[in-house]
Amino acid sequence: MATAMFGERVQRLADAKLVRGEGRYIDDIPLEGALHVAFVRSPFARAKILSIDCDAAREMDGVAAVYTCDDLGRLDLEMPLLIPHPSLTEPRTQRPLAKGEVFHVGQTVAMVVAVDRYTAEDAIRMVDVDYEPLEVELDLEAAIQDDAPRVHADVANNVAAQFVQTVGDPDDAFARAEHITKIKVQVDRSTAAPLECRAIAARWDDITGELMVWDGTQAPISVRGGLASILGLDEDKVRVTAPDVGGGFGQKVLLFYPDELLVPFAAMQLGRPVKYIEDRNENFIGSSQERTQIHELELAATKDGEVLGLRDSFLHDTGAFIPYGIAIAQVASTSIAGPYRVPNIWVEFKAVYTPTVLVTPYRGCGRPQACFAIERAMDKLADELGLDRFEVRRRNLIRDEDFPYRRDGLVFADGLPLEHDSGQYGKALDMVLEHIGVDAFAAEQEAARAEGRYIGLGLGFYVEGTGLGPYEGSHIRIHPITGKVYVNTGLTCQGQGHETVFAQITADQLGVAVGDVIVVEGDTGVFDWGVATFASRAAVVSGNAIHKTALKVREQVLEAAANMLEAAKEDIVLEDGKAFVNGVPDMAVTLAEVATASNPLRYAFNEAAKTSTQFAPAFNHDGPALGEGDAPGMEATDYYSPPHATWAYGVHAAIIEVDPGLCSVKFKRYICVHDCGRMINPTLVEGQIMGGVAQGVGGAHYERIEYDEDGNPRNANFMDFLMPYASEVPPVEILHLETPSPLNPLGVKGVGEAGCIPVGQVLVSGVADALKPLGIGPLEHVPLTPDMIFQALGGEKDE
Amino acid sequence: MKPPLFDYVTPESVEEAVAARAAEEDSVLLAGGQSLLATLNFRIANPALLIDISRIAALKGIDVGAGEIIIRAMVRQREVELSDAVHGANPLLREVLQKVAHTVVRNRGTIAGSIAHADAAAELPAMLLATEGVVDVQGPGGTRVIEASDLFKFHLTTSLAGDEMITAVRIPNLAPNTGWSFKEFARRRGDYALAGICALVTLDDNGRCTKARLSACGIASTAVRLESAEAELAGSTLDENTIARAAKAARDCVTAADDSQASTAYRRHLVDTLTQRTVAVARDRALERRAA
Repeated sequence: MATAMFGERVQRLADAKLVRGEGRYIDDIPLEGALHVAFVRSPFARAKILSIDCDAAREMDGVAAVYTCDDLGRLDLEMPLLIPHPSLTEPRTQRPLAKGEVFHVGQTVAMVVAVDRYTAEDAIRMVDVDYEPLEVELDLEAAIQDDAPRVHADVANNVAAQFVQTVGDPDDAFARAEHITKIKVQVDRSTAAPLECRAIAARWDDITGELMVWDGTQAPISVRGGLASILGLDEDKVRVTAPDVGGGFGQKVLLFYPDELLVPFAAMQLGRPVKYIEDRNENFIGSSQERTQIHELELAATKDGEVLGLRDSFLHDTGAFIPYGIAIAQVASTSIAGPYRVPNIWVEFKAVYTPTVLVTPYRGCGRPQACFAIERAMDKLADELGLDRFEVRRRNLIRDEDFPYRRDGLVFADGLPLEHDSGQYGKALDMVLEHIGVDAFAAEQEAARAEGRYIGLGLGFYVEGTGLGPYEGSHIRIHPITGKVYVNTGLTCQGQGHETVFAQITADQLGVAVGDVIVVEGDTGVFDWGVATFASRAAVVSGNAIHKTALKVREQVLEAAANMLEAAKEDIVLEDGKAFVNGVPDMAVTLAEVATASNPLRYAFNEAAKTSTQFAPAFNHDGPALGEGDAPGMEATDYYSPPHATWAYGVHAAIIEVDPGLCSVKFKRYICVHDCGRMINPTLVEGQIMGGVAQGVGGAHYERIEYDEDGNPRNANFMDFLMPYASEVPPVEILHLETPSPLNPLGVKGVGEAGCIPVGQVLVSGVADALKPLGIGPLEHVPLTPDMIFQALGGEKDE
Repeated sequence: MKPPLFDYVTPESVEEAVAARAAEEDSVLLAGGQSLLATLNFRIANPALLIDISRIAALKGIDVGAGEIIIRAMVRQREVELSDAVHGANPLLREVLQKVAHTVVRNRGTIAGSIAHADAAAELPAMLLATEGVVDVQGPGGTRVIEASDLFKFHLTTSLAGDEMITAVRIPNLAPNTGWSFKEFARRRGDYALAGICALVTLDDNGRCTKARLSACGIASTAVRLESAEAELAGSTLDENTIARAAKAARDCVTAADDSQASTAYRRHLVDTLTQRTVAVARDRALERRAA
């Protein structure tokens, strides 16, 4: 029996190409005679546009066209509201080019198309826009006041959506409470900052009427559908492909960014290929961001620390527009009880417009905020009751026997009731505490304090609803000449290693080497049913679709091989790219031969093909070459649609040293215990976790998108926006726990976002623990900067 | 983030470079380019002419003499950092350079370029102040020497005339019985520091401080000498109380306003801590050198 590939540490198949520099990103696509785009962007957060004069720019050498909203015809529209929701009563979406007013610094006002990007950047400075600036309010809590300046003139209090969800009877729980803990926490705005900024190129073929689009998107099929509909083309005449893409993290799942519509439009208008390669500054002021939320949370508890109920009211900053609906706030509100039973919940949010870059999901999508709120509250509850913070958690964790644990009244981001399907939460907590050596740590902490050093233990528990529907699909074909297996799916990869894990799933069913499975994703010319890459869903949804499809093809191969070998189907074994009779390895045919023989041929174009031509000995049946209902080849298509999200979880803990002289922090150890169900490839799982932790460290300690009071971005570059370097991210000790998901055939859960979720809590609780003897003030805001630690220690003292 | 159009020349001699600079008022010198190219790409700078001085042979090379280190204008930071001769003559330089950005930046960036750029948060101007170094300058009218204390006028502004250029940076060798230290606090490794302190202290045979030179980056509109702190140290044995008094005096040298990374109060706290730590290290090293 060959080794199963599922669960093996198979090396990433894409890496050889990528590390040799042979990856092909949008800017590497050779497009002869391509024109290049730059945008005139608003320098004001809110302003009326009085006039736009493009004459000087249009007359410049090398400028092919300058567009304002008046030049766009049917594309002068409000972009689609992608995820409507009844609570979203005041939806406002972006336009390709501003019409009459602007809503944030960086909004696209005019588009220049020129022979190269240098010329285009020269030309945007020649476009003369006359603005009348308007009042703005950047502070989230001030923005909802009655007299606050409005982002959208007709949206009172800047509230786009308001939504309340309830589980059980929270009022009764608070009436019964022996203790109530109240806390107010804030998480600030960050950005995904993918290594490759967004990019798009398009070519229009006037003869065939076909539009070819290369888009660094996470959602090529959805982009294709939207483009066809807006441009008035048949879907089959539009092909959208995402080639190698350098990171997405959610930022590339929005449709549409202005360029995604306007670049194909310009290619059609001008009859030449057009490219837009976003630069880093544009990424900071034009591509979506996420995180700012302010939670006011209360826990109703017994004196023993059992949580009876939770109330949370929070503000969610949605930026100037809300095309992705309430998804982030909904994920936050439904994740607010974390891993704890909490039978009674009342959670309310307001999604609030601010005159800033629009907000859509960024890796974590509301979960880091919810995790920070509930975990800070649990620490505070323990502190107020004089109980051990880990023991309070243990008393409230969903127990193994409680699964599946349903929170009736909460509807998750997939529109389905929320149910934690499986897990071993108590074991995960025990594992992390044991591994970090919680008992020995107390002595170590005492000893350090005696030397004037301050070390603390931070811990955060997270849950993550993963693998959201609606569905994904797969097509698998065994190539007749080479026997290689081609696997297609509709979602797309931004570096995660889909090609490797999907190959592993396929290889197990078809008995081929992982390297002989060729996965092609993200190309509507190849497979065009499906949704997108988001919500830690690729392995769950596409993975299971591929598994189901591979089972179908396996059946076809077994049947065909049994016929060819004149053996019983039950006796056929698939291994090493061959089908053979169990116990008689010489009685074998290769998959290439099976695939070739299953395709009746007239022409013998190679040796193998001779076996399936009309006069070949193997071709020995009567009647038509293909029987009624038969199809040529070894191939199948199938789909997987999850019943609802499957819930992964984990606990992170760290030993953190704080230097009060500098107010600096250092992770001395960082440990992650996680459970994403059955692991397809532990190496890739670990990569996802480490990358997530790195982004989590950013959000915990470094990254904050800053606006001044007029709405000007203050740190829209990598010098001032402090994305951590490798030197700032600690090594992560990862411990795996595998509780299979009962919801899907492979038993897998998502892991893409997990790593980033609890890091804010881990850092803050560790700093609070370290500085306890110095009388540290409350730490309820991330990123927790050195200056904030300084202030929490009492500010300047005259020692 | 593409630069605007500019003309570009590559003079072969200092005289040619100076003449080119004099002929075009709207020109800038390009040495290592580690600050200039970014400002061009951001279109913060929009010069008519770039004068690339990297081909001028006379601007290359380091001389370590009996009294001073001469670092000519096109010497890359990394070359100085790795030079054992420089390290032997004044070990402060390597300690400072290891905190200047990242290796790839130091591979291109020059000592003279960083000093001429005069970023208030940069380490090398502070190093020049603490060591009481000088720069050799050449203009159409000839050459002159500018002392560190006369060089830095404001953030990104020096006392060089528009048509002058630095041809060399000269740094005295470490004096006998002298200890050194540089420490800074940056949010990320290689970033500009929120505050950085250079300390040089010279002790007599009784362990008494005969001379102290302290300078700081990141806390004012230029790199600054911490003269009030130096005064606290001079004549003392550098016990902890004296150092604490000096550190407290150093706090008052902070004039930078609150910014998004650090409040003034926090910067004062950093300066206090870093002053204490650098002076203590410099003192201990001075004692070691005296014993050796």
